[in-house]
Amino acid sequence: MSDSFVFSAKGLAVGYKGRALISDISFSLKRGSILTLIGPNGAGKSTILKTITRQLAAIAGTAFIDNDELKQIKNASLAKKLAVVLTDRIKPEMMSCFDVAAMGRYPHTGRFGTLTSHDKDVTRRALERVKALDIADRDFNLISDGQKQRILLARALCQEPEVLVLDEPTSFLDIRYKIDLLDILLEEARSRRLTVIMSLHEIDLAEKVSDYVMCVKGDHIERFGAPREVFDDETIAGLYGLTSGVYLTRRGSVELSKPEGESRVFVVGGNGHGIYHYRALQKRRIPFDAGILFENDMEYDVAKSLSRALFSVPAFEPMDEETYAKALEAMKRCGAVLDAGAPVGTLNAMNGRLLAEARRLGIKTVNDANEID
Amino acid sequence: MNKARRYTRASLVFALMILAFGVILTLNVNIGSKYVTASPLDIFKILLKGHPDGGGYEGAAPEVIKTANSIWKVRLPRILAAAVLGGALSLSGYLLQTFFRNPIAGPYVLGISSGAKLLVGVMLIFVFKRATGMPFWIMMAAAFAGSMLVTGVVLLFAGKMRSMASLLVTGIMIGSICTAITDFLITFGNESDIANLHTWSMGSFSAISWQNLGACAAVIFVAALCAFLLCKPISAYQLGEEYARSMGVNVKLFRVALIGLSSVLSACVTALSGPISFVGVAVPHITKLLFGTSKPILIIPGCFLLGGVFCMLCDLIARTLFSPTELAISTVTAVFGAPVVIALMLSRQKEKTHE
Repeated sequence: MSDSFVFSAKGLAVGYKGRALISDISFSLKRGSILTLIGPNGAGKSTILKTITRQLAAIAGTAFIDNDELKQIKNASLAKKLAVVLTDRIKPEMMSCFDVAAMGRYPHTGRFGTLTSHDKDVTRRALERVKALDIADRDFNLISDGQKQRILLARALCQEPEVLVLDEPTSFLDIRYKIDLLDILLEEARSRRLTVIMSLHEIDLAEKVSDYVMCVKGDHIERFGAPREVFDDETIAGLYGLTSGVYLTRRGSVELSKPEGESRVFVVGGNGHGIYHYRALQKRRIPFDAGILFENDMEYDVAKSLSRALFSVPAFEPMDEETYAKALEAMKRCGAVLDAGAPVGTLNAMNGRLLAEARRLGIKTVNDANEID
Repeated sequence: MNKARRYTRASLVFALMILAFGVILTLNVNIGSKYVTASPLDIFKILLKGHPDGGGYEGAAPEVIKTANSIWKVRLPRILAAAVLGGALSLSGYLLQTFFRNPIAGPYVLGISSGAKLLVGVMLIFVFKRATGMPFWIMMAAAFAGSMLVTGVVLLFAGKMRSMASLLVTGIMIGSICTAITDFLITFGNESDIANLHTWSMGSFSAISWQNLGACAAVIFVAALCAFLLCKPISAYQLGEEYARSMGVNVKLFRVALIGLSSVLSACVTALSGPISFVGVAVPHITKLLFGTSKPILIIPGCFLLGGVFCMLCDLIARTLFSPTELAISTVTAVFGAPVVIALMLSRQKEKTHE
């Protein structure tokens, strides 16, 4: 076992009552990465997650957390390494949101489960991270589904796990809560190196939040890899058995929120070339500026929603010196340039000038978001 | 700020319960029968002096000795039995409610008390011929076996039905069957055996001996202590079985402990006083409302204490309302307890329509 992997499965077979539904599941996850299981209803996503969390016994094969074999770990120590957010709707009697979240301290508290001031601090911080501190004193049964899911996430975070397993965490949520929840998961994965394994129904969101995607189809794993390798129109259509209509993987209809902070890179895009890079930067939580785009460029909406500042000119109008000067200024402030590889022609010649200027000034120019540190 | 308020509330509720316990205890010792005409001060002195058989009353006035006898031989065991058994019933109900995740579960409602009664009846009629000839520990064992038997049957059905109403109906049906069999046995039993069984099966705190009370109290206190030690997993279980397991609770063992403890508790009650209705459902619910929380660490001692207060109060009413005729204790507990069950059903129904 390599130390860099926090979770791995080797030849895992999952199923019920000794009968394997899906066999030979093998994968390894680095600390702080996000794996999403996608696939049609009843394909076995939940079965895999239940086996990983030991709600179900593995039929064959092994799984490891931190070099420890999953089935060897004691209940109490597993609870400190692995936390879950389940699909079950819970209805605790007379418990405040704080009480529910604080229950996550279970593996850390003593014989009677009384909370120390440290436990309370951890709970409050968890509630703060899921943006639910303001409803801490409300009765859990009286808040909305979206708020409940945040509280249950806070409960899981209170366990201070290394691996977080979520079964369809965005079901029943409206679009705003979906975005918020995935943003929180991204933040936890990036800033706290929390490893996330979850199942999602929304493939457009899965593409945007995941580092790895596993396509589960009935009796086997169809694909496993980075979203960029997995997501193409044919794979998705095949996975879900789409016969009419296609899912346009390059233009999912939802975008997550833009990264906070000072822009660290200036993206020179156009002609749709920038979309992938905007999302890659967003995923890595790198704030960026972008330009110069025509407002009718196919990537304009994506760039607009993800960049800190976007320099654009109206459709069918030539790029002007004033916009160029502003873009150049922003590029200098960012200190790095990402060349999305858009062709430079007569109408967008100013983008060529920007790249040339970057080279002349010695500003670091890259072609991929991963090259930015 | 909020935390402080919660602590204050909990201490206030406990203080009120203890106060009520004291007041009702005093009332129970004083009010009721024709024998006691002594002043509260005299009664206090008698309590301090101890059991009249233990001596210490040499040279006392005959009325004082008479009073001492009635207090120590009749009234005190009865009051203490009401207190301890009421606590045991409430706790048994609370554990069953936790187990079934259902606020109206309780030893009487689920037919568990009837099952205990049936087995005690069988022992009484076929083996020992009369209640006085039956060693108390066998009665307790029979009651425990009966409780477990019915619990097993209810579990068998409950696994298939998730809804509160069907669990309730199952319990009532099983309870009715047990009662029917008991009645059948009574019909064909010997006159003198039956009189005993009949009085016993009505439920009463009277005629309880110190020895039996002591034995029961010991078992009950141990079981209650065990239940209190379970308060951490119980709190996790409130979030559901899967979450509890994910936090490190050994769910299988925990469920066995819940059922075992609740059966032991209700068996003790049934063996000592016969089945008593609705205490196990009403008291835990009232306790939660009083504390404004469902934290087991508060509710377990709280509902034990309140169960004692509740049963002492009901016993007081049973003894005095139509004095000198005594009511069966279940008659009184049902009057107070059944409305709580109905209220619970209604509030659940309301929640359902809201969703």
